[in-house]
This record gives sequence, structure tokens and C-alpha cells, in this order.
Amino acid sequence: MQARVQQEPFDLGTEAARFAGAQKDMGAVVTFTGIVRDLPDDPLQAMEIEHYPGMTESALTEMAETAMARFSLGDALVIHRFGRLLPGEMIMMVATAARHRKDAFEAAEFLMDYLKSRAPFWKREITAKGADWVASKAEDEDALARW
Amino acid sequence: MDVLYFAWVRERIGVPKERIETGATTVAELVDELKAREPRYEAAFADLSALRVAVDQELADFDAGLAGVREVAFFPPMTGG
Repeated sequence: MQARVQQEPFDLGTEAARFAGAQKDMGAVVTFTGIVRDLPDDPLQAMEIEHYPGMTESALTEMAETAMARFSLGDALVIHRFGRLLPGEMIMMVATAARHRKDAFEAAEFLMDYLKSRAPFWKREITAKGADWVASKAEDEDALARW
Repeated sequence: MDVLYFAWVRERIGVPKERIETGATTVAELVDELKAREPRYEAAFADLSALRVAVDQELADFDAGLAGVREVAFFPPMTGG
């Protein structure tokens, strides 16, 4: 199990192949990748992601540990970037390995739901009009009720 | 103790981190103390429902105690993922 917080890009293919290739007893691997999305009406110049060094690492590790236990995972990987990102860049990824696909899919969703509103990251969108902090969404908070 | 601010809370207060000597026994008391200091704190803490708090890097409530605490952080709801 691994949780990484980093400024530099990661290589999705390399990470996914290494993660899946390390499994022996697990029959299912799910990966999810989040990408900086452009804004249709007001083109995005960049997205800046601020975080809370120290707490971020421990929060991601705790989420991954919880997912490991709850979904009987063989392995879990979380990578989340911070700093200035351009549209189309990968922000984060999760990978989960379980004996069967249901646990792998659910664990990935669980991790994503918690990352959205319990990991100390704050996004700011930079456009020609200025810079705006991204507001949290009620549905992201509501999504936690499922777990 | 060290008090940290993130995102627009940091922008309103004007510093990312500061050392504060306080007799406050809860987070809520610390907030009241800061609000009484200067308008920039009052602006940042005007609506507590829009804020989250972490005590020693763990999410906490505003009624959390401060005995033995080294670090308190204030920030808006998180937007990871």
C-alpha cells in the first residue's frame, strides 16, 4: 500500500503496470485517473492545487489503510499532485487490487469519495477573468453517506 | 501554538502561518479571540459554517479542546480528487 503526494507528473502506464504486475493472489485491479478539465465558457489557463503538507500524507495513508481493511484489498495506491497544472494534465490516480472485481471497484469509489472532501487539497481555477477557488459541492459531501 | 491558514482563509488573513500565544481552551474561543484582534480575522471567520478546522493535523470540531495542542489549521471545505 502506498500514498504519494507530489508536484511532478506521474506516468499512468508505468504506475498501473507496476501495480498490476505486482499482484499474485488478486484477480482484479481497478484504476481511476482524474484529469484537469477545461472550462467550456471561460478557457482554463491553469489549475493551482494547494495542500497541507504533513496532514495530506497522513490523511491519504489513513484512507488507503481503511480501504484495505474494509474491502479486503491485497494492495492500494493513491497518488495526488499539487502545484500548478494545465488542462489535460493528470491530477491524481488510485489503484486497488482485490480478489474479485466488486471489491476493487467499490474500494476505488470509496477512495475517490473520501479524497474529494476529506483530503486537505484546495483547487483554484485560473482563467482570463481571474482566479477562483473551487467551491466544494454538496453532492460530494453527500456521497460519503454511502459508506 | 502554530495557527495555519489555507486557500481563501490564508488570503483573507494575509499569512499562511503564525505563532499565537493564547489562553483559549477550545477552537471556538481561539476564533473569538482572533476575531476581536483585527478586521482581517473577522472577515475570515465571519461564517464558520464555511470553514473547517484541523487540530494537530486531524479534522476536528470548533468545540475541540486545545490542551496540549501544537497546531491548529483553518481552511474552507476541501476540494481534492
